Amino acid sequence: MAKHHVTATVNGDAVEFLCETQETLLDVLRDQMGLTGTKEGCSTGDCGACSVTIDGRLVCSCLMLGVEVNGKSIATIEGMAHGDALHPLQRKFIEHAALQCGICTPGVLVAAKALLDKHPDPSETEVRYWLAGNLCRCTGYDKIVRAVLDAAAEMRGA
Amino acid sequence: MQEKLKEPGSEFKWVGTRPDRPDGVDKVTGRAKFGADLAMAGQLVGKVLRSPHPHARIRSIDTSAAEKLAGVKAVVTARDFKDQPSEFIPAGEMMINYKDVVRSVMAREKALYEGHPIAAVAATSAAIAKEALKLIKVDYEVLPHVIDVVEAMQPGAPILHEDMFTAGVDPAPKTASNIAKRIEFILGDVTAGFKQADVIVERSFTTQPVHQGYIEPHAVVASVSEDGQADVWVTTQGHWIVRAHCARLLGWDVGKVRVTSSEIGGGFGGKTVVYLEPLALALSKKARRPVKMVMTREEVFRASGPTSGAHVRVKIGAKKDGRIVAAEAELKYQAGAFAGSPVQPGCMCAYAPYDLENVKVVGYDVVTNRPKVAAYRAPGGPISEYAVESVIDEIAGKIGMDPIELRLKNAAKQGTKAAYGPKFGPIGMIETLEAAKAHAHWRTPLGKNQGRGVASGFWFNIGGETSVSLSLNEDGTLALTAGTPDIGGLRASLCMMAAEELGVGMDKIRVQIGDTGQLGYNFLTGGSRATFSSGMATVEAAREVMKEACKRAAKLWELPEDAVEYKDGTVRPAGPNAGKHNPMTLQEIAGIAGKTGGPIGGYSRINAAGAAPSLATHICDVEVDPETGKVSVVRYTAIQDAGRAIHPSYVEGQYQGGVAQGIGWALNEEYIYGADGRLQNPGFLDYRVPVASDLPMIDTVIVEVPNPRHPYGVRGVGETPIVPPMAAVANAIANATGVRFTELPMSPPKVLKALDEARAKGAAKI
Repeated sequence: MAKHHVTATVNGDAVEFLCETQETLLDVLRDQMGLTGTKEGCSTGDCGACSVTIDGRLVCSCLMLGVEVNGKSIATIEGMAHGDALHPLQRKFIEHAALQCGICTPGVLVAAKALLDKHPDPSETEVRYWLAGNLCRCTGYDKIVRAVLDAAAEMRGA
Repeated sequence: MQEKLKEPGSEFKWVGTRPDRPDGVDKVTGRAKFGADLAMAGQLVGKVLRSPHPHARIRSIDTSAAEKLAGVKAVVTARDFKDQPSEFIPAGEMMINYKDVVRSVMAREKALYEGHPIAAVAATSAAIAKEALKLIKVDYEVLPHVIDVVEAMQPGAPILHEDMFTAGVDPAPKTASNIAKRIEFILGDVTAGFKQADVIVERSFTTQPVHQGYIEPHAVVASVSEDGQADVWVTTQGHWIVRAHCARLLGWDVGKVRVTSSEIGGGFGGKTVVYLEPLALALSKKARRPVKMVMTREEVFRASGPTSGAHVRVKIGAKKDGRIVAAEAELKYQAGAFAGSPVQPGCMCAYAPYDLENVKVVGYDVVTNRPKVAAYRAPGGPISEYAVESVIDEIAGKIGMDPIELRLKNAAKQGTKAAYGPKFGPIGMIETLEAAKAHAHWRTPLGKNQGRGVASGFWFNIGGETSVSLSLNEDGTLALTAGTPDIGGLRASLCMMAAEELGVGMDKIRVQIGDTGQLGYNFLTGGSRATFSSGMATVEAAREVMKEACKRAAKLWELPEDAVEYKDGTVRPAGPNAGKHNPMTLQEIAGIAGKTGGPIGGYSRINAAGAAPSLATHICDVEVDPETGKVSVVRYTAIQDAGRAIHPSYVEGQYQGGVAQGIGWALNEEYIYGADGRLQNPGFLDYRVPVASDLPMIDTVIVEVPNPRHPYGVRGVGETPIVPPMAAVANAIANATGVRFTELPMSPPKVLKALDEARAKGAAKI
């Protein structure tokens, strides 16, 4: 069967790719574009390691097909820092030791950024429920939640 | 490496501080390369055919149709692996038998669990590889299976291994059994001890297998060249172990195999064994192309090792004053398809936190038609200690004593002889209990439907073979290479210890995890050994660099070597020569390295001795919903002896992570098998690990009782944190409801049922 031709924007850059009908967005990002910062933990949308945003909306890229992103704008972990400047969330994650093995970290950061883009002043409970779709097996979430709240405060200028 | 311990405080520039980890930026930008992140030119995709039956004899396997499919480049089965003799080899905290390992990576005579590998295929695409698996014809004779540990021990149970006769029983049995061995540890005389008891509590407990639940599935890329040189890229806790296992299973020289550890996305013990690695190598050898294999999450659940489910009976007798006079336990651990559950460490840990005179612990290692268990964080300890700590809590209730006081009354301390043999050096049991007693958490009033529990925990910790190299670069910066994979901040702690010794900035040292070709042997990251052992080796390597730097300056200054000292990052003349020459920095020493004898470096190869146990006491508050039976942990405090915390943030992280896993074990996680012997919940939706909204903040208290056998007093801290939570939660639920739970997980349906039964008898508090 012929492959589909897709044009999209990834981290601000125009991209085009050919993909099979059944190919997931996650596979396209990782295998075709070499953007391996987005991780595969389950391929069933349960772990959140593959979190990206499509036109600002948080999704599990393992649950979307490559053909579905035609004309859309995708943001992955690779696009979060600006030049040498890490995003405040990235800085706070390092500062708070909010990662151990680091496999869930890209997905958690993408999800946390999606939260703060909409809600700059979330409560601890809101952070916990927003991140409930991102599994972390190492940290017990304590330092992750603190890092997100601290980054939010910094971004608000509080 | 026994020496006077450095006192904590301002004299340390790095140790005890919280600098950014060296691999932090790579991990927050997506740059860090994990197991599945490497793609080699021309690589094939490898997939595994797995048994749909929990127990079946394999009459024949026909791979001819699969081999003929266009795009298929290699197919392997058990025929491609030579059989191995039966011999047990120590492998860290567990023992392995290559006769079983060769059958574990690829079924031979029988499939012993649902998911057992039968064949593997390498093809040009995943779709073709999957298509090829469907073309493999396997003729199975389906056999009766057994899943439950107690059923597997009964006479007449389906036998997994016809050649398994229970070891440790006298006289030796003449019929095959699923009980691989019986072990016992005895101290004093329990029968006499129970006679002195004022109160005796005896309870039976069951626990379910739980998976380590690392978020990164097993992944490997293997490449074997035409002349037999093999390269492996793999997510593992020990790449020297992978090398050893693969070389052995394939019959290749160890020197032909080079293994590089990728960044590892969690292990918790589960990445200490091989699954895909030998298959990928065998496929690559046949196909003469690189082969990449990645497990699906479903495969991780069905075919990689969880820890044992178990049945544990505990009986403890105490005097009215709280002194425990006799303690007995019987542990039945299921090992999965092959012998080797962690029942031995489970037995050894059971009463290790206590100073007791009369102890009897008996353990059984039992095979069942489930995946072979793998190590999981303090393997064996959490199960036995959950049962013991629950009964101790009940004893405290019966004699009306504060549970912390009861533990203090019986606490092990320096000089205590453990039931499993050794006398303890300095240990922190009393210190963690005192810290718990002093903590505000212990005195804070509880709300409605809430209860509080306390429990302690013990884990041995290990040292072992370790190599570290440290090279002084030509500009005075340093390259530090260690061989224990960094799972939770190891590079930070090693860099800090090196910087501390050398008196240089952490930014002057770049630390990496070397491959198996770059260093001598390294045992794996496990047993809470990495910061302890690689830290010890790092300190030795740094001291070698310092000594060599002094030697070079002495040569330059034409002084005897002992007239030069290393201080505060500089080399300077000492004694009567002090002041005659300007001190030289490491940068200046590096500049003269060539003309004073060549490159400068330290290379430490040690068998790290002197690992010391870490003890913990946890306090847990729960709230029980009287209508649904849902238990929420509302406050948690983990107190543990770290010996000395090199990087306190990552020590706290270990405590918090262990607690979260323990809470999952206590409340939700379990393997659910159908009557057909098939796993029904092989995914994160139905095997529910704690998510952020399930947990409160987890408070930590780092107690420091330095380990005198480590240059900075380090004890391993990674495993102990998962030991106390199950009992802490169970004790809190008992406190809240008046009902003692003896089955894990304490999930809402079970709690509600027990509450309803207790209410009917008027025995429930809520």
